[in-house]
Amino acid sequence: MKALLIAESRQGKILPGSYETLAFAKKIGAEAAMFLVGSENALPKFDGRLYLADVAEAGEYNPDEHLRLLLEVVARENPQLVVLSHSSYGWDLAPRLALALQAGQISEVVACEGDNMVVPACNSKLQRVVRAQSGLTVVTLQAGAFSLPGDPAGTPTVEKLTAQASAKLEFAGYEEAEKGGVDLSKAEVIVSAGRGIGKPENLAMVEALANALGGEYGASRPVVDSGWAEHNRQVGSTGQTVAPKLYVACGISGAIQHLAGMKKSDFVVAINTDRDAPIGEVADVLVVADLKQFLPALTARLQK
Amino acid sequence: MKILVCIKQVPDMESRFKLNAAGTWYSDQDLAWRMNEYDEYAVEQAIQLRDQAGNAEVVVLSIGPDRVKEAMKKALAMGADRGVHIQDDASYGKDSYQIASAIAAYAGEQNFDVIFTGMQSQDRGSAQVGLLLAGMLGLPAVTTIVGFEYDGSKATVRRELEGGLKSVVKLSFPALLTCQLGLNTPRYPTLPNIMKAKKKELVSLPIADLLKVEALVATSATRFPERKGGGLILEGDVGELTEKLVAMLKEKTTVLK
Repeated sequence: MKALLIAESRQGKILPGSYETLAFAKKIGAEAAMFLVGSENALPKFDGRLYLADVAEAGEYNPDEHLRLLLEVVARENPQLVVLSHSSYGWDLAPRLALALQAGQISEVVACEGDNMVVPACNSKLQRVVRAQSGLTVVTLQAGAFSLPGDPAGTPTVEKLTAQASAKLEFAGYEEAEKGGVDLSKAEVIVSAGRGIGKPENLAMVEALANALGGEYGASRPVVDSGWAEHNRQVGSTGQTVAPKLYVACGISGAIQHLAGMKKSDFVVAINTDRDAPIGEVADVLVVADLKQFLPALTARLQK
Repeated sequence: MKILVCIKQVPDMESRFKLNAAGTWYSDQDLAWRMNEYDEYAVEQAIQLRDQAGNAEVVVLSIGPDRVKEAMKKALAMGADRGVHIQDDASYGKDSYQIASAIAAYAGEQNFDVIFTGMQSQDRGSAQVGLLLAGMLGLPAVTTIVGFEYDGSKATVRRELEGGLKSVVKLSFPALLTCQLGLNTPRYPTLPNIMKAKKKELVSLPIADLLKVEALVATSATRFPERKGGGLILEGDVGELTEKLVAMLKEKTTVLK
């Protein structure tokens, strides 16, 4: 079995998902080559062939050109599997590649079982066991599902690709998240509000509990998207990654993007009316209760 | 300007799911259905663009059994002009490639200037259909947009990356854009608009007329994930729950002094 792994770099750094593709290849015992649109100054630590195109030539976001380069490498390597991260780069590139090769794509793989791949459905409440019918399969991996046993090591043998600057899409630069406000990564206790708080006024109950515990309040994506809390309060893969001593998730169902931002917390309490909510997977304690009754009661008890 | 917005009807994710008889997907009995959340942002953006562009129309498209027309009626009540329903009682058994092929067979003859889709569905979550459709129609595509501006000739979109970073991308139409949560504030249909929507055109086309390809990915089973970690579950009276939790925090953490 031969796998072509798609590494990622952004703003001059190799992204950790690159090594998760390597962990996946090792797990299934595949011989691996790597593809990267990046720079010679930041190579992934990997013993094997690395096809490298210069990001300054190919463009940071120029999927048509990245696809053209990738097809060139697929033709040279003839892999049975092309492996990407299920990331903003991977989920954008994978279907383009799959269509060009008439290959089946399997998105957000969390495990492999023989020839089958396991993927989540319905916010991880279900799993599907799937298999591509095509000779070549494109897979994207859920962030964190596969990891190398130790630190990555090695030096790749670089094969350079020549990129052409031509784009229907014009990449006009990056925008950083607004800095300032609260730094959740320093808080020892975080009490976060999810969609389950129901309405913005109920955020006050979450904030009151955070104060009673001497911590900060955070929020899940839907709460921030609704404008109920500032973006600098958002915990998750598109917000902040936190690891406090205590994390209290209030009305948070536990989408993978949220779990990615808080699952390293020392102790996790989830409060939810849905006892099947996926947050239960990472919670040390799941309290099945109505937030509007439980939060004020807990806050009052702590203030005694 | 012709704008297409592709939507899916999905179950409420808070539902307690059961499997269907074949064990290949969830059972569609006893579920509350709604418009895929990502698609609400797509519908809203399509309507905003139409109103800005003038002399434009928004067509909403969905594939599935007759019940998906409920989600389409919501899109019409939000402001979409007309609906195209691709009737398929077995749409849950199709893969992304087949779904995109069926939409492409319809959209290919219509010359849409812009197509909006959600970035993924809440139930299947493959994040493929939008890009496959764009590829089949030969359109440039940008995924995961959280910002959209149109100046009359070019669109400037913001793509969401990881850790709060965004990239800014400029493009011309025709194009396809997949919408991320938070792109805009989807409007609630008002009662007068719900009434008006009942008179809007909503045609049904049989899937067999549009779908000519086989699946590239097969589902062998759907199942409940094994509970791995899954800590203690506390249920009962609020007063007792409070005492139990405080005792546990004292024992297991150092945050209570």
